[in-house]
Amino acid sequence: MLENGWDTFEIGSILRPFEGSISDAAAILPEDRLYSKSNSFGISVADWRIEKPLFNKNLCIDCQFCWIYCPDMSIISRDKKMVAVDYDHCKGCGICVQVCPTTPKALLMFPEQKDEEAALSEWPKKEKKEAKEN
Amino acid sequence: MIQAKTKNLKNFSTSAERFEGANLLCPGCAHSIIVREVLNATDDHLILGASTGCLEVCTAVYPHTSWDASWIHIGFENGSSAVAGAEAMYKALKNKGRLKQPDRTPKFVAFGGDGATYDIGFQWISGCFERGHDMMYVCLDNEVYANTGGQRSSSTPIGASASTTPSGRISYGEKQNKKDMMAIMAAHGAPYVAQVAPNQWRDMVSKIQKGFATKGPVFINAMSACTTEWKFAPEDTIAISDLATDSLVFPLYEIIDGTKLNITYRPKNVIPVRDYLGAQGRFKHLFTKQYEYLIDEWQTRVDAKWEQLQRREEACL
Ligand SMILES: Cc1ncc(C[n+]2csc(CCOP(=O)(O)OP(=O)(O)O)c2C)c(N)n1
Ligand code: SF4
Ligand code: SF4
Ligand code: SF4
Ligand SMILES: [Mg+2]
Repeated sequence: MLENGWDTFEIGSILRPFEGSISDAAAILPEDRLYSKSNSFGISVADWRIEKPLFNKNLCIDCQFCWIYCPDMSIISRDKKMVAVDYDHCKGCGICVQVCPTTPKALLMFPEQKDEEAALSEWPKKEKKEAKEN
Repeated sequence: MIQAKTKNLKNFSTSAERFEGANLLCPGCAHSIIVREVLNATDDHLILGASTGCLEVCTAVYPHTSWDASWIHIGFENGSSAVAGAEAMYKALKNKGRLKQPDRTPKFVAFGGDGATYDIGFQWISGCFERGHDMMYVCLDNEVYANTGGQRSSSTPIGASASTTPSGRISYGEKQNKKDMMAIMAAHGAPYVAQVAPNQWRDMVSKIQKGFATKGPVFINAMSACTTEWKFAPEDTIAISDLATDSLVFPLYEIIDGTKLNITYRPKNVIPVRDYLGAQGRFKHLFTKQYEYLIDEWQTRVDAKWEQLQRREEACL
């Protein structure tokens, strides 16, 4: 199937997102799913980005605004905690940074080449009064 | 099997996504945010379909799919009928006792753009609703034929510059009023019709769950702010959506059994329509001496609609 070009596939063709059969995708976390080669999950769109969001865990209040509004399933949240950005699927839109409510923000955009540690060391400092959820 | 996981955002974030990344939707596209909120609103099995348009074209690029559920595409006009067909088959097999997994209670959802919904697939949707299929139709309303380069649709609002109604020296852009699809679908006597916006996620998810719990055809009109055609920066998708709901340009309400109307979101501070228009390139020309009068007309129209919705809510009809 995958070997066929777009102009040779048969009308009415079926693409399978998983290897073998799967009974309940909603009950399996992405890291435990057996994705097939036909699933776009396996592709990277990292080269779409000019800027990338970096995450400063110390400032995060786990409000999950970034999770709900990311259009690309690229905010990885587990057990109600924001864990990381999925840089294979993040397109660098910047929505997560816009909706992050903390001051300073727990997510900020940086040039794609920026070193993470350097970015964290330059991160704007917290002002005296506590950051609040708005 | 709808779970109580949507009480707050922390709980909701434990949803296992069934829509995958590396689709080809633009960075910041609201279609994707809407799809996530719809799919994550249930843990039930899903039977999905999409009409031709940005969502379909960008999530089923051969040989890849971004859908972790049964999903079908046929044409531009018949996304509704494709899903209705699947639903009719399911019902027939169930009645004959021939379902392989009879304990499953799948949800049937068809997605279509405003072009597919307000214009080209209109009679097909009307047929599905008249026949009373047990399905949900979600219109991704970005007020333009985005996938083919921004032609106006009957959802494009007055004054928007679209590629077939461009603004310029002799025209202010789109001349026709946006079609009232909510009223039209309610007039079918549909048990549940609702307008939603992804920025108001709690309102949206609770309406989707209400829709899933409803027997019969459900129509959802979902505002989908389009960074490319509305002309705003991709990071502002949620900010623009907030302007739309808080200026009441996109009022959030539901109509039950074709008559009973409930307003489900009342902004604490209603902002001027001018602020919403001014944030988007498609309305830029309205901020000139020649076309400025249209901004006041816009405000009057939005105020009148809000008044009408409130009257209908009070009158329970
Ligand atoms: C019968 C038919 N007419 C025209 C087209 C070309 N076409 C493909 S997508 C599209 C626009 C879709 O607009 P809309 O439904 O609003 O979805 P959007 O891309 O804006 O999400 C058009 C005109 C088609 N595929 N089939
Ligand atoms: S930049 Fe956009 S795509 Fe990337 S994680 Fe943030 S919201 Fe998601
Ligand atoms: S929006 Fe900011 S504070 Fe909230 S979970 Fe995301 S990173 Fe943390
Ligand atoms: S053109 Fe608009 S609707 Fe289409 S993918 Fe881009 S942002 Fe989304
Ligand atoms: Mg459209």
